[in-house]
Amino acid sequence: MATIGHQIVFWIIAVVMTVAAVAVVTARNVVHAALYLVGALMSAAALYILLLAQFVAWVQVLVYVGAIVVLMLFGLMLTNAPIGRASLDNNQRFLAAVTAGVLFLVTSFIMVRAFEGQSIDLVREQGTLTESVGEVIFSAYVLPFEVVSVLLLAALVGAIVIAKRD
Amino acid sequence: MILAQSSATAGRAATDFMWLVTLLPFLSAVIIGFGGKRLGGRAHIAGIAAVGGGLVLSLVGFYQLAAGNATVEASWVWFELDSIELEFGMNYDFLTGVMFVVVTTISTLVHIYSVGYMHGDKRYTWFYTALSLFTGSMLFLVIANNLMQMFVGWELVGVCSYFLIGHYWEETDNSSAAIKAFIVTRVGDVGFLFGIFALFIAGGTFNIPELNLLAEEGELTGTIATVGALLLFCGAVGKSAQVPLHVWLPDAMAGPTPVSALIHAATMVVAGVYLVARMFIVFEHAPAALNVVAIVASITMLIAAALALVQDDIKRVLAYSTVSQLAYMMAALGVGAYTAGVFHLFTHAFFKALLFLGAGSIIHAVHSNNMSDMGGLRKFMPTTFMTFIVGSLALAGIFPLAGFFSKDEIIGEALRAASDERQIVAWIVLISALITAFLTALYMTRACVKTFFGAYRGHGHPHESPRTMTVPLQILAVGSVAVGFLGFPVVGPFPDWINVPGEVHHGFSAFYNLALPAISVAVALAAIWLGFQLFYFERFKVDIRSGRFAWFYRLLENKYYIDDIYLGGIVRPIQYPIARATNWINQNVIDGVVNGTAWGTVAAGKGVYGVIDQRVVDFAVNGAAGLTGFSGGILRYIQTGNVQRYAAFLFVAVAAFVALFGLF
Amino acid sequence: MPVSYFLVLSALLFSIGVYGVLARQNAVLVLLSIELMLNAVNINLVAFSALLGQTGVPGQVFALFVIAVAAAEVGIGLAIVILIFRNRQSVDVEEMSLMKW
Repeated sequence: MATIGHQIVFWIIAVVMTVAAVAVVTARNVVHAALYLVGALMSAAALYILLLAQFVAWVQVLVYVGAIVVLMLFGLMLTNAPIGRASLDNNQRFLAAVTAGVLFLVTSFIMVRAFEGQSIDLVREQGTLTESVGEVIFSAYVLPFEVVSVLLLAALVGAIVIAKRD
Repeated sequence: MILAQSSATAGRAATDFMWLVTLLPFLSAVIIGFGGKRLGGRAHIAGIAAVGGGLVLSLVGFYQLAAGNATVEASWVWFELDSIELEFGMNYDFLTGVMFVVVTTISTLVHIYSVGYMHGDKRYTWFYTALSLFTGSMLFLVIANNLMQMFVGWELVGVCSYFLIGHYWEETDNSSAAIKAFIVTRVGDVGFLFGIFALFIAGGTFNIPELNLLAEEGELTGTIATVGALLLFCGAVGKSAQVPLHVWLPDAMAGPTPVSALIHAATMVVAGVYLVARMFIVFEHAPAALNVVAIVASITMLIAAALALVQDDIKRVLAYSTVSQLAYMMAALGVGAYTAGVFHLFTHAFFKALLFLGAGSIIHAVHSNNMSDMGGLRKFMPTTFMTFIVGSLALAGIFPLAGFFSKDEIIGEALRAASDERQIVAWIVLISALITAFLTALYMTRACVKTFFGAYRGHGHPHESPRTMTVPLQILAVGSVAVGFLGFPVVGPFPDWINVPGEVHHGFSAFYNLALPAISVAVALAAIWLGFQLFYFERFKVDIRSGRFAWFYRLLENKYYIDDIYLGGIVRPIQYPIARATNWINQNVIDGVVNGTAWGTVAAGKGVYGVIDQRVVDFAVNGAAGLTGFSGGILRYIQTGNVQRYAAFLFVAVAAFVALFGLF
Repeated sequence: MPVSYFLVLSALLFSIGVYGVLARQNAVLVLLSIELMLNAVNINLVAFSALLGQTGVPGQVFALFVIAVAAAEVGIGLAIVILIFRNRQSVDVEEMSLMKW
């Protein structure tokens, strides 16, 4: 069940997210693009809160906005990219738009048809507690969790090795 | 999860842990391989420890097996594909046990020997890595309980032999020898793989004991089983260097001599014989396949033995000798003498390893492979001389050395099959075996005479090899004397270990057990005597008259003086032409067939050219080329090298597939 | 609230990301667009998790894993981009066609 309030919040988030996302892929200034990405990611975090997944929402803010976007900004600064649409976009924008449009139509059509009539109960007594997320991670998914830690270590070492100056 | 364990023993016997024997060499290969240069000159320690440990375990396991412990078959399901179940397991029975003892014994001695032989080699650690890996692969092949796993080991053995034969790859000849060995055996491997598939179609399983059981119950018969067995034999022909795939083995002498010993005695070439022995019941129920085995083996043994007579390179003499002795084993299996074939494999491993290591010791001393650079070495290298003579006599089949017992078993079984079962094939095998026995003794005499007797013809001062090399020789010499008694008629335990249900054992009959050995020893002695006449007295008559062997010379002179005419008039004109002719056939006829085929193809091509080619084919070819060019011209626009263009196609394809599977 | 709202929003975000990956010339901006696509996946996961209620917690766990993998991906991706920039003074994806015959 969802109140009208949920509906309003959802639509606000959806509009903000879409606008920000479109801005990310069309911005003429690379730094602006990164900042629009912050907007898109923040609205995704808001969507998680709406879906009662607080822990994921805060991880989204911390990791994405706090770390990944900052990393992106560093990358942009270090690569000293030129500014202006002509040098940022290539000449296959039309093909890209068609591909993306077809993909959107096909996937959304299929998903709408497949999940017709199913709705999310957004007014439960309480959302998913961080505690239960933790329990699942450290019981059923402890092995993938450890593997992810190894992956992060490998990525850390790999990034240093690749980017270091000999 | 152990699926099937037929072991009925209550306690945990050593036989349950035989997989450790396989694991140990792999471990040492990893240790040496990763230890690399840090190990330096100490690389051999890990290898010797691992293989030596394997030897001890093999002996313990075999002892338990002989003492009455049940054979072990255990396996895990490796993976399943629908109805096809691929296992990963071990099968430890007497045949495996014997092979384990052979492989680990020879490998341990070769590891020790190589410490001296390879001393100072710049790829010392790599050599030991490959040596351990080679041993491990062979053990993996032997212990496999299913054909697929065996094939994995089989290929591992092949690639390790490639590494080791090409050890001195700086010289092009050596690296091409390695490539030749790899590719020629690969030709047979294709047959092996298809044989596995054929047997799977026929029997529905890759499991070796199950396949043998099916064959025994008569459920694995018909054309497909015969075809399967023949294809398996193709693999064995390649690996065990039988005609016509024997060409790689003499070239494989390019590797370091300890490797040759390992290849010829314990690993690699005996894998083919082992395969036929392992699948023997399948072969037995496909008589046509077994006859092919026998005939190919008969041809091989004669050709190889004759070729061994005209070689100057001592290692090539031994190489052809190996080919001929492998054919002996194959022939034994071909006439249904399972016990005798495996027994010859067992004894041959000892004396052939001894001969190769002895040859290595000689080469180490004189820095040449050619017997024309040797001579008179018995004075310089007494230990090598004594052990080499023991090995030669064992190979020649002189009582009571190892080769005598096993060779006699084979000849006896062939005679029994020929006389009792009236098989023509068995007669062929019998006659070839006797002629080969003669030739074997002759070429070994020649090798010994040219190497150890007469005057030294090489350069420098040869000296006896270090103890790490002579001690393995002495151990193997003792082995070459002793192991034959395991198969002593009637009382020897070997037939109780290795047998197939229904095989007729050697009963004690005076004819088989007294007359036949007498004949075969007489044949061998005659050949040795002939060898001395030919290669010794003719050239070094004056020298020997006053030397240590003067008594021997007088004995021969008094008894057989007129034989000089006989030798000069009959034997030499016949003996050499036969050997030369075989060599010539090898060089010219087989080449001729190839060239003739090529010539015929060219001639036929010319005839066809004017009519069909110019009109019909050209049109089709040009049309096809035009079409290809046209479509390529269109497609090249897709091949832009632009990642994003590729990604676009990817996403379009994803959308298309999602639509296809989601909407319809 | 119908789950399809979230799914369609996620599909939209994904498609925008696809457009960015295909149309952007600057390698860093391509990476940004990939982040959009990964987020779209996360929205799906969290939406399904919410749809299933208490049994859907693993969906959130997977979203966390995706975030971790995305972090690793960005680290390596930027390292490669910086290396290419250092060698070629350019981060133009179209010029990165050395693998073309």
